[in-house]
Amino acid sequence: MEHTSLLERILRGIALTLVVVFFMFPIVWILMMSFQTNETILRIPPQLVFKPTLANYTALITGKLTTAAGTLDIAFMRNLWNSVFLSVTSVAVALLLGVPAAYAFARHKFRGSEDIAFTLLSFRFAPALLVLLPLTLYFQKLGLANTYIGLIWVYQLICLPLILWIVRGYFEDIPADIEYAYRIAGHSWFATFRKIALPLAGPGIAAAGLLAFIFAWNNFIFALVLASADKQPVTVGALAFITSSGIQYGQISAAIVLSITPTLALALYAQRYLVEGLSLGAVKG
Amino acid sequence: MSQSALTISGVDKFYGPIDRGVHAVQNLTMEIDKGEIVALLGSSGCGKTSTLRMIAGFEEVSRGTISVAGRKVHALPPVKRNVAMAFEGYSLYPPLTVRENIAFALKAARLPKSQVDAKVASIAKLLEIEDILERYPSSISGGQQQRASLGRALIREADLHLLDEPMGQLEPQLRAVLRGRIKHFIKERGLTAILVTHDQTEANALADRIAVMEGGVLQQFDTPDMLKQRPANLFTGTFVGEPPMNVFEAYVGTAADKINLRLPDGLSLDYDKDAFSGSVRDELLKRERVVIGIRPYAVRRSKDGVPATVSANQWLGDQTHIAADFAGGSLVLVEHDRTRLELGAPINISIDPKNLHVFDQSSGMAISHGMELA
Ligand SMILES: Nc1ncnc2c1ncn2[C@@H]1O[C@H](COP(=O)(O)OP(=O)(O)O)[C@@H](O)[C@H]1O
Ligand SMILES: [Mg+2]
Repeated sequence: MEHTSLLERILRGIALTLVVVFFMFPIVWILMMSFQTNETILRIPPQLVFKPTLANYTALITGKLTTAAGTLDIAFMRNLWNSVFLSVTSVAVALLLGVPAAYAFARHKFRGSEDIAFTLLSFRFAPALLVLLPLTLYFQKLGLANTYIGLIWVYQLICLPLILWIVRGYFEDIPADIEYAYRIAGHSWFATFRKIALPLAGPGIAAAGLLAFIFAWNNFIFALVLASADKQPVTVGALAFITSSGIQYGQISAAIVLSITPTLALALYAQRYLVEGLSLGAVKG
Repeated sequence: MSQSALTISGVDKFYGPIDRGVHAVQNLTMEIDKGEIVALLGSSGCGKTSTLRMIAGFEEVSRGTISVAGRKVHALPPVKRNVAMAFEGYSLYPPLTVRENIAFALKAARLPKSQVDAKVASIAKLLEIEDILERYPSSISGGQQQRASLGRALIREADLHLLDEPMGQLEPQLRAVLRGRIKHFIKERGLTAILVTHDQTEANALADRIAVMEGGVLQQFDTPDMLKQRPANLFTGTFVGEPPMNVFEAYVGTAADKINLRLPDGLSLDYDKDAFSGSVRDELLKRERVVIGIRPYAVRRSKDGVPATVSANQWLGDQTHIAADFAGGSLVLVEHDRTRLELGAPINISIDPKNLHVFDQSSGMAISHGMELA
C-alpha cells in the first residue's frame, strides 16, 4: 500500500464526491420528482422540501392518467412487461447463437473467419435509422412487422455482435491446452466445450449477457418504428406522457424509476461476475 | 505390424493453405518401436510441437499418414487415438485441485477409488508434488504445474505418451533427478514415449533414440552415440555435442604422397596418403573443397602441429575449455587436466585423421567419419 498524506486523502475524497454528485444528481432529482405532482415540480425556484405523493406510481400501475383535460389510459405496465420480455428473450436467443459462434471464431481459424466476425461487428456501426427503412419494408412484406418475433430478430442486431465479440475474447484467453488435455483424456470436443470452455468463460458470458440486456432494454428506435402500442417497451411507452395538456413530469419520473430498477438490480447483482470476468483470475496464475 | 508403436510416413504440416502456408513439418517419416523412448530434439520453432500435436490429433495432418499401434489414426479425433500427453504450458483445469487434475486423467478408465488414490500417490511421490496435491493450479508455480501436467500424462495407460518439453521450467537439479526417475518409470511399465526437448543433455539422458529436427526437416534419427560418432550432416554434427564440433572449410590438395587440407590463413593440415583408408581417400580426392569437423575432445596439442593463438582458457572443475584463434576462425579444445596457458600464448594443434569428420561443401552431407565412409 502506498502512503498518502492526510491532505492528499481529503482532496481525493472531495474529488470523488464531486464526481459522484455529478453523476448521481439526475437520478436523485428524478427520484425526487417521481414523488411530486406536476405543480410542485414546476415551481420556480425549485424547492428541495415537498410533501411526497404516491399518485404518480398509482397512476402508472392502475393505468389511469388523470390530467387537467380528463382521464387518459396508459399502458405503462404493459410496456414494462414488453421490455422485460423483449430484452430477456433477445439476450437468450443471442446467447444461444452467439456463444457457440464465439467459440468457433476463437478456436477454429478458418479462411474468412476474421471477415465474418468483423461484418457481424459492423452491424453496430451502422446508424439504426439507415437499417430501419428497408427493414420496415421487408418486415411488412414478411408479416413480421409488429410481432414479438420480428422485434427479437431486430434486437439481435444489438445483442449478437456484443455477445459474440466479448465472449470470443474470453474463449481466446482460455489456454487451448486445457481443452486439449481434456480431449486427449477421452472426451469429445462437444463435451469439452460444455464442461471446460463454457464454465471457464462463464463470468465473461454473464458480463456479455448483462451488457446486451442493458443495450436491449435501452433501445428506443427499433421499437418505435417496428412496434405498435401493445408491443412497445417502456422507452417508447414513455412518449405517452407527453399529453395534449402538457408533459407529465411526475409520471415520467416515476416511469423512469420503475424502468431503471430491473437493470440497476441486475447490474448490482452481477457486479461480482463483471469484475471476476474482467480479471479472469481463474485461469492465469 | 507387431512391434511398431508409431509410424509416421510422409507427413507434411502447413499452417494455412497447403503448399502456400507455413511449412512447419516437411515430409516426415519415422518409426518408433514399442517400449522405446524417443526424443525430438531441435531448436525453437523447428516443428517439434507441431509433430507432437499431429500425433495427438490437435493439428490436422496436411499430407501423409500416422499410425499408432498399427491403427491409422491421422483422421481420428484425439479421443479415439489412445495417446496421453503432457503439455508445455498452462493446461491444468483451474477449478480442480492438482490431485483432481491428475485423477481426472483416469476417469475414462473407470477404476475403483482406492486404486486411483494409490496411483496418484505414487505418481506424486515420483514427481515430488505430494505437498501440493490439494492446491489449485493458480496457486502453484510454473514448474509445479508442469510436473502436475506430466503426472496427468504418465498416470494413464496409453499406447503412446507424448511429452512436450515436460521439464522446461524446472530447476536443473530437480530436472536431473526427475530424468532418472521418469526413465525408470517408463521403462518399468514398458510404455512408449516421445519427448520433445531443445536440451540435448535431457535427450541423451532419457532417450533410446533421438530425432534431430531443423527447419521442419528430420535431419537424423539415431541413438545418442551414433549421433555423436556419425552425424549425417553438418547440422547434426554441429548441433549435437557439447561444446559443439569445430568446423572449417578446406581445399583438398595433393603433393607427393601427402594429402593437404588447406585452411584459410595459409595453414594446412598435412597427412600421409596412407593415413586415410582407401575409400575415404578416394572420396576426398574427388573433391576440391570440403568442410572438416573435429570434436573439441579430439583436438590435440603437439609440437609439430599447426599454429594457433589462445583466446580464452577456462577450467570448469573437471576439464579445461581452451578457445584459440585458428585458421581465420575460432577453435575449441577440451583437455582433462588443468592447463595453464596465458591469453595470446601460441599453441600447436594436431588432428588425428581417425577423428576427422568430412562433409560435402555444398550439400553439408557427411562424406566420412574417421576411417569410414558415411
Ligand atoms: N498455429 C500456428 N499457426 C501458424 N504457424 C504456426 C502455428 N504453430 C506453429 N507455427 C509455426 O510452425 C513452426 C513450428 O512450430 P512448433 O512446432 O511450435 O516448433 P517447436 O515446438 O519446435 O518450437 C514455427 O515456425 C511456428 O511459427
Ligand atoms: Mg514447442
